[in-house]
Amino acid sequence: MNGAVLRLENVDKFYGAVGQGVHAVRNVSMDVGQGDIIALLGSSGCGKTSTLRMIAGFEETSRGKIHLSGREVQTLPPVRRHVAMAFEGYSLYPTVNVRDNIAFALKAQRLPRAEVDAKVTEVTKMLEIDDILERMPNSLSGGQQQRASLARALIRDADLYLLDEPMGQLEPQLRTLLRGRLKHFIKERGMTAILVTHDQTEANALADEIAVMEDGVLQQFASPAELKERPANLFTGTFVGEPPMNVFPVSVESKAERLVLRFEGGQCLNYPESAFAAEVRAALIANGRVVIGVRPYAVRRSEAGAPANVLTNQWLGDQSHISASFANSTIVLVEHDRARVAIGDRIMIELSPTDLHVFDPESGMAISHGRELT
Amino acid sequence: MDQTSTLEKVLRRVAISLVILFFMFPIFWIVLMSFQTNETILRVPPSVIFEPTLSNYVALVTGKLETQAGTLEINFMSNLWNSLFLSAGSVAVGLILGIPAAYAFGRIKFRGSEDIAFTLLSFRFAPPLLVLLPLTIYFQKIGLADTYFGLIWVYQLIVLPLILWIVRGYFEDIPADIEYAYRIAGHSWFSTFRTVALPLAMPGIAAAGLLAFIFAWNNFIFALVLASADKQPVTVGALAFVTASGIQYGQVAAGIVLSILPTLALALYAQRYLVEGLSLGAVKG
Repeated sequence: MNGAVLRLENVDKFYGAVGQGVHAVRNVSMDVGQGDIIALLGSSGCGKTSTLRMIAGFEETSRGKIHLSGREVQTLPPVRRHVAMAFEGYSLYPTVNVRDNIAFALKAQRLPRAEVDAKVTEVTKMLEIDDILERMPNSLSGGQQQRASLARALIRDADLYLLDEPMGQLEPQLRTLLRGRLKHFIKERGMTAILVTHDQTEANALADEIAVMEDGVLQQFASPAELKERPANLFTGTFVGEPPMNVFPVSVESKAERLVLRFEGGQCLNYPESAFAAEVRAALIANGRVVIGVRPYAVRRSEAGAPANVLTNQWLGDQSHISASFANSTIVLVEHDRARVAIGDRIMIELSPTDLHVFDPESGMAISHGRELT
Repeated sequence: MDQTSTLEKVLRRVAISLVILFFMFPIFWIVLMSFQTNETILRVPPSVIFEPTLSNYVALVTGKLETQAGTLEINFMSNLWNSLFLSAGSVAVGLILGIPAAYAFGRIKFRGSEDIAFTLLSFRFAPPLLVLLPLTIYFQKIGLADTYFGLIWVYQLIVLPLILWIVRGYFEDIPADIEYAYRIAGHSWFSTFRTVALPLAMPGIAAAGLLAFIFAWNNFIFALVLASADKQPVTVGALAFVTASGIQYGQVAAGIVLSILPTLALALYAQRYLVEGLSLGAVKG
């Protein structure tokens, strides 16, 4: 297994008959190594929770295999998979207090009382819930219940920790604080964890690698940096990153040693052909029409660029978000200084070839990224 | 709330008193009747002033009914015992069969589950007599007529759908993830059912059990048709008070008072569960 704790092999999930029902997870394959933190990132209904529940054993896999610590587990009941899980809906046992909820699994293993207490104290201090241990679950706020549920999962000894939206209910300050502590806690112990989230900040902050899912398909499985710099397709390109990537369909013309990108509104940007690697240039010309993407913080203002009209200019305290009408669409720029432009102003926009992501307009797959452009 | 005027408070109390009077009067009157002889009961006009007697209760307990036509043997106490045995037995069997079934219907999706659950409920739609006549013939053929076993079996028509449908709702109200959390922490399916699902559904189970007991206790027609004198419950046994020399109102009343007692005791005991059970919220985590 090459040290992989978890391996998904062509996993499919249908709700209803195989081949007919709702196809929630489509042919997902991935490897998770020992000690890795993986985020399953996607919007609601993208199949991330279904994937997690198949790993836990609460949903059957319709097709494919799941290996956990070298064993094939897709037909095993949850009790025999040796995983721990924190549930999105908390699911604390309503009849016992927070302490007993958290210590439940340890007590079942008949660990010495002192050891159980020490572990409970450690994990609850980390999550800032050590003051509510004697309270009953129904007297807690959503955020407290969520942390108790998280503690109940983390305290266990398991091969894999599955965390379903572990911080969704927390206040922003607490979330930021606990993110750091949680990551330290997991890394320090060499635990392997998969967290499901729709919050990309959380995924970026916690995960070593992020699996982006949409429509049941694993779109890309890569490090946060790679997702940003080398998105595999238009979906990942536009889904990851805040504000989202600007995308425009363009036609490509080659004129007198220059490549001209013509936008739908008639604006053109042209580059010396030498700015592109030979094979990219060939691909661009062969395609004729492509979709280009550019991150908002890579859009520059320069007199040499193409014109756009400012629609809004928002100063967020540390950066300006400017949106402008451009190419029959809207382009968003992020500038780190306070931009002195007003609504209605005409600005000139320049897109550097090294910042362009080029996608196939039919398949949405990436053709090239700025880094490959010379 | 503090703004209600004195007049409103008075009117409200009067209204509540009237309602209580309306519902409690028959029971109150029956209790009075049980301490009177037939003569004082039937005098015109009726009066609440009389010389109380325990003769009705004595007659029931000793099994000797004194009438103008002579002494009659009645087996009221054995009827009472039969009622208790049949009702408790039916509810016990109903719970043993119904709770796992309710859990299955509530938790597991399988082909035809709704149809089966509805069929079980539909037993309650049919008039009992429609079922009884063919059943009588079958029971006589296979030797189940006039046995406790046969009666308890037929009583399942009453108690099983009731238990199944009430308890099913309670199981469905328990978030499935609570059970998953328990299972993933290293417990089997059965241990999860026993340790998590059952206790959480307990108010519903208590409510369903109590209701089923009351329904079984009050059943008349099944036992009338299928049971002979020594297996009859009080509902049927009360017919013995209609004698050749007239209806023995005093004994009927005493019989009613005695036969109310076990259900009343059970209801008082289970009241806490019943209230919690019928007002769902208590189950929610």
